[in-house]
Amino acid sequence: MKLLLAPAVVVLAVFAAALAALFRWSLLEFIPGSLQTGGLTLANFRGVLAPQYLDAVWDTVVLSALTTALTLAGAYPVAYALARTPSRRVRSTLLVLTIAPFFTGAIVRTYAWVLVLGNTVLTWPVPMLFTERGVLVGLVHFSMPTMILILAAALSHIDPVYERAAASLGARPARVFWRVTLPLSMPGIVSGSLIVFAWTLSAFPTPEMLGGGKVKMIANVVRDLGLDSFNWPGAAAFAMLALALTLALLAGLGRLAGGRAA
Amino acid sequence: MIRRLAVVALLAFMTLPTVVVVAVSFNPTAILSFPPGGFSLRWYANVLTYPQFQRAAVNSLVVTGGAVALALPIGTLAALALERGRLRGRNVWAALLLSPLVVPGVAAGLGFLILAAALGLLRSRSVLIAAHVTLVLPFVVRSVWVSVRNLDPALERAAASLGATPWRAFRRVTLPLLRPGLFAGLLFAVVVSLNEFVVSLFISNRVTEILPVAMFTYVVNYTDPTIAALSSLFIVATFLVVWLADRYLDLGRVFLQH
Repeated sequence: MKLLLAPAVVVLAVFAAALAALFRWSLLEFIPGSLQTGGLTLANFRGVLAPQYLDAVWDTVVLSALTTALTLAGAYPVAYALARTPSRRVRSTLLVLTIAPFFTGAIVRTYAWVLVLGNTVLTWPVPMLFTERGVLVGLVHFSMPTMILILAAALSHIDPVYERAAASLGARPARVFWRVTLPLSMPGIVSGSLIVFAWTLSAFPTPEMLGGGKVKMIANVVRDLGLDSFNWPGAAAFAMLALALTLALLAGLGRLAGGRAA
Repeated sequence: MIRRLAVVALLAFMTLPTVVVVAVSFNPTAILSFPPGGFSLRWYANVLTYPQFQRAAVNSLVVTGGAVALALPIGTLAALALERGRLRGRNVWAALLLSPLVVPGVAAGLGFLILAAALGLLRSRSVLIAAHVTLVLPFVVRSVWVSVRNLDPALERAAASLGATPWRAFRRVTLPLLRPGLFAGLLFAVVVSLNEFVVSLFISNRVTEILPVAMFTYVVNYTDPTIAALSSLFIVATFLVVWLADRYLDLGRVFLQH
């Protein structure tokens, strides 16, 4: 029975080898104009602290935080409707409309926002395309299905009896929501927010296409350094940074989940 | 009332880009306008005759076909081992098998690029297939694992006690019972692989690139609605797949109950 795992272990080994190669190159000295590398160095990680790159890191964190907050606010009512509607037709419609963008690829989705945010289709009072505002809109749209699914799963675990009990004791709907529903859905809110934040930290196609080179997040810096400047060691250091941030956040999520189970 | 309004507004936000893309794809001129001034299928004709898209479509079929053909059996065996294998550290194995999901695309992409360069495989589609196998495997493992967990071992024991060899019991009892999980895994794997962009961008060139990468290159260089036409074809295909999956699998059950 254990042997059945062997082919999957081979796949994991290939993946681990790719990440090991990334880690090794993040520690190699970059020789400009060459794919040859020098000896071991920490210079690539010091490069992350250069002002223009530090800006990208800061922008990434701010955009990720805003994306998380807006996605949470937008997703909650839909997730609630999904979890509570008695009609299978309404539930299916909501699911198909909110999940389908999840399945349409990044390019299709982002190109669609290029059309909407560029002034070809609608006229915006302020510039949207190639600004952080525009990138934010794309990121929120991108994260929405994930957040909706996580929140809906959490909300469908809450027995409506609690809400009915609060209402029958005289609580108004707003009070029922703030004192009963919202606290009970906290696990979903926390895990949804952490996952969306972690994903947005390493978002690539959205800032690449909607930012038009003017908005840089960490992943865009990795691409620029790796594919334009052929500075693989520098790109690898940034990629390691993205990986470390993501893993730290998810480890936090794991601890929270573990704490609840215990 | 306010709640219903919020839901409708959000659904409009989620579907607006889709509607615009489809509308623009029928635009008669290369200069985009909305609502379109007429109706034309010329961008669809352009999609089908642009040589780079033809080449990329073939690459997509080869890469997705190859990756899914490998990942489906590998993931199914792994799911069986996870549930039945009495493994030590089962949770660690499960976490490891799902770990490619949480690695940022640019990190995996650059890692595969460096690895492929070291092995001299940069001009080959095999690197793309290998990368896609790792990326879709978590989806297969997770989908099939759910089915294995719901499978009653008594049914296999019954087959064995009636004289079936282990292989025959597996083929005639286990596999048919796993069909929903296998189907969901296949669906996820195909959709994820066909749409994969970030990792593929790092490890492909003009000869090996798959459709999403070719579309990205086209968007960067041209502004006509050709990509809107190709996107519309993708969107229609996706909605059909999701709708069919919802009809036959009841996505609400798949997603809302863990």
